[in-house]
Amino acid sequence: MQRRVTFRLILFALAALTIPALLAACGAAADDNPQTTFDPAGPAAREIDSIYRLIWWLAVAVFVLVEAALIFAIFRFRKNKNLINGRPAPVHGNTRLEIIWTIIPAIILVIIAVPTVQGIATLAERDDDAFQVTVYGNQFYFEFEYPDIIGADGQPLRVVDEMHIPADTRIQLKLISNDVIHSFWVPRLAGKMDLIPGRENHMWFQADEPGTYLGQCAEFCGEAHALMRLTVVADTQEDFDDWVAQQRQPPPDDPVVAGQQIMETICATCHLVEGTAAQGTIGPELTTFATQPDIAGVVENNEENLHAWLADPPAVKPGTAMPNLGLSEQQIEALIAYLYTLDGSGGQ
Amino acid sequence: MATQVTTAGRITTTDQFAYPKGIWSWISTVDHKRIGTLYLVTSMFFFLVGGIEALLIRIQLTEPESTFISASTYNQLFTMHGTTMIFLVVMPLSAAFFNLLVPLMIGARDVAFPRLNAFSYWVYLFGAILINLGWFHGAAPDAGWFAYANLTSQEYSAGQNVDYWVMGVQVLGLSSLASAFNFIVTIINMRAPGMGMMRLPVFVWMTLVTAVLIVMAFPSLTVGVTLLLFDRWFDTLFFVPEANGQPLLWQHLFWIFGHPEVYILILPAFGIVSEIIPVFSKKPIFGYTAVVFAGIAIGILGFSVWAHHMFTVGLGPVPTAVFAISTMLIALPTGVKIFNWIGTVWGGDLTFTTPMLMALGMVSMFIIGGLSGVMHASPPVDSHQQDSYFVVAHFHYVLFGGSLFSLFGGIYYWWPKFFGRLLNDGLGKVHFALMFIGFNLTFFPMHWVGVQGMPRRIYTYAEGLNWDFWNMAMTVGAFIIALSILVFLINAFLSFRDEPNAPDDPWDGATLEWATSSPPKPYNFEKVPVVTSNIPLWVEKYPEVYGHEPDFRETSPDPEDQPDVEHGIHEHHDDHIHMPNPTIWPLIVSIGITLGFAGFLYGWIITFIGVAVMFLGIYGWVLSPAFGEPDHV
Repeated sequence: MQRRVTFRLILFALAALTIPALLAACGAAADDNPQTTFDPAGPAAREIDSIYRLIWWLAVAVFVLVEAALIFAIFRFRKNKNLINGRPAPVHGNTRLEIIWTIIPAIILVIIAVPTVQGIATLAERDDDAFQVTVYGNQFYFEFEYPDIIGADGQPLRVVDEMHIPADTRIQLKLISNDVIHSFWVPRLAGKMDLIPGRENHMWFQADEPGTYLGQCAEFCGEAHALMRLTVVADTQEDFDDWVAQQRQPPPDDPVVAGQQIMETICATCHLVEGTAAQGTIGPELTTFATQPDIAGVVENNEENLHAWLADPPAVKPGTAMPNLGLSEQQIEALIAYLYTLDGSGGQ
Repeated sequence: MATQVTTAGRITTTDQFAYPKGIWSWISTVDHKRIGTLYLVTSMFFFLVGGIEALLIRIQLTEPESTFISASTYNQLFTMHGTTMIFLVVMPLSAAFFNLLVPLMIGARDVAFPRLNAFSYWVYLFGAILINLGWFHGAAPDAGWFAYANLTSQEYSAGQNVDYWVMGVQVLGLSSLASAFNFIVTIINMRAPGMGMMRLPVFVWMTLVTAVLIVMAFPSLTVGVTLLLFDRWFDTLFFVPEANGQPLLWQHLFWIFGHPEVYILILPAFGIVSEIIPVFSKKPIFGYTAVVFAGIAIGILGFSVWAHHMFTVGLGPVPTAVFAISTMLIALPTGVKIFNWIGTVWGGDLTFTTPMLMALGMVSMFIIGGLSGVMHASPPVDSHQQDSYFVVAHFHYVLFGGSLFSLFGGIYYWWPKFFGRLLNDGLGKVHFALMFIGFNLTFFPMHWVGVQGMPRRIYTYAEGLNWDFWNMAMTVGAFIIALSILVFLINAFLSFRDEPNAPDDPWDGATLEWATSSPPKPYNFEKVPVVTSNIPLWVEKYPEVYGHEPDFRETSPDPEDQPDVEHGIHEHHDDHIHMPNPTIWPLIVSIGITLGFAGFLYGWIITFIGVAVMFLGIYGWVLSPAFGEPDHV
């Protein structure tokens, strides 16, 4: 009786395990799961998905057969009546069986290995005629540079957090890190590729349809790693051209407005300013920054110290969680102007 | 002559070898069984620590945008959870079984170097304390158990967090290496007469393979950590990209250690399962030779696959393809093991004791971990799964579903040899059932959120990604696991209520440890056994079933396999039993070494004191005799 209960428990547990495994095969639409790998939106992601599905079904088959053999053996031999001197027959092995259960898995592995190697080659292709974007990894934000689009300042156009691309166009990314290792991952478009300081990596993808695709940094890169998110917006050619035209507008003359834009993109990962899009919670709240007596608790709050702080926080306070963001002189000036409007009154 | 194991009667007169009592006798012990017990108790303590860290992680992730703990605390928790479970729980818990069982299973009186064995334990204990001291300074390691350069550089990790990790790992590596050398020498040289290599219990074989892996893999970690130490303390530039240092060099050094480490964690579990399943199936292991050689093959292949942890760093298509195929190959010997376990159950007469349930549960879950492993052996697929929760699911199926279930099975199975008591089988089954359900509820949904795009090592996640429900389920599962561990602790506590009364051979075992008393006497065997089979006790107990063994088992003991009776601990003529003297010098040396490393964190004066203590200890160690007169131990 005891034995039966135990056995049923095992059976139940294994069945409970199999059901979600099979459910997982049903896939999931991106409407509910915006960061899913199961709803590929372009050829690179589809290549991965096709290999995944092959391995998945083979794995399900192996899983069912092997677990069934295990469960059957447990069930069938829970009470053995064919005993000799009270013991089951002392079978020591079977060479033919050993060979069979080595060869069959080997054949399955060959079936997996062939498309795998093809997939590696396809995904590693370089296409310098594709639409080029350079991705820079920073603690804790992605920055995108369009080498073929000249921005208002005469330099290649650069944007933060949100990358716009033309849909139905092959995109080639050059991946560079400005500080530590990050990883670029937009699951519906492609697998991930690391951004490594001192190296240049490449990857390609394509969004077949216009749409918004979510992703985030996939390599642990420090305190705010969890918040290092990004969005890829695939536009129709028309919308993309409009976006480019808008981005090429000179930055607002008013440094306070420009400063708020920086606050709401780069700084927003970690900091909170009430009434704005900056809603981060890792760093200190900055809503009343202008009235604070000091910066990071170590230096007096004045313009000179704030400049030094924004240019290189760890140089002012070794060990601070705030990384060197690699801000330009222009960005620093704008941020200073903006930060000194923050007296808690909520508006300027 | 059916009785082929000579175990003789117990000593019933005044036992000159009885264990001394008191805390001092534990501090100065060099007895492999007592050291095994120390390993068991210490690693279970750190299992609770690592488990509490896991629960805090799960509470934080229960719902999106949770503010239960801060990002900084979370990063320390996941770093220390991984480091603790690998270095302070699974490895030393395996070492507890190596220590207890290897001499018993090969018919020896102790390990080859009993004092080095004590040294291994003390270094482990102090290293474990050192690496956890950061918690008391609010600076526990926070760069992941993998500590990827260049996040660990002075520039990006200015606090002492990473230093605790560096110093702790250096100290712990010494423990593993000393222990590994000891077991290699013990297994090669200390076997009882007739205990040929192909008569070793599978557990001893897996111990040997594990020890060789440790000896070959840990130096790579030591080198990597030493370079990191130099980068952090002496301004070298090994991993600093601005000076053309290579962050990827760290990844290679780390994973050349780190992947064999995976097999260091799982092979002892394979060994345990290979002991438990035959006994409760009442059949010898199916395909002994295949199981042994599959273990060796896994060990060798384990060194050719490290770069599969680096499929997303841009290795280029050719190395990526090579490492993909070498990784897939490991599925073959692993599959052989699983099939042979099923083959052992097949045709058996099963008894569902707690150890057997743990072992069968392990096989059923290791299949899942193995199959998901084949998935990310394919680099295109891995480019999604790498660093996602899918991988977290995978390695918990291997390390928890595989290693920990087996180790718990081993704890229930060998508890009588540790403590002379039996754990309650009913409570054990409750433990198993809760842990099995809790485990699958916690870790199976991780596959799902992983393919839905949830990365690892994130302290929070946004709403609207559809990860909420399963994260809630995982947290519930984690608390069910915690409940199961509570049941185990109660079981362990209750077992100490009564006098030690476990039978010597409660499970009808096949291997030599069951020929000793429960718990074994300090000298293990009154007379060194002569072995003619790899299931010696069954041959003794059931001569009509196993008495006419085919092949090698019938051959007479090979003189080549005889232990060296002139030099070893053995006295082949059993008039005198020479046991090593208790000593505290290994403890002194390990205190010195730990202080030496701790000085990096607490001031150089500590380092100088540590080095002085270490040398004092070494001289004391060398100058005190290992073996005294047999009549005052």
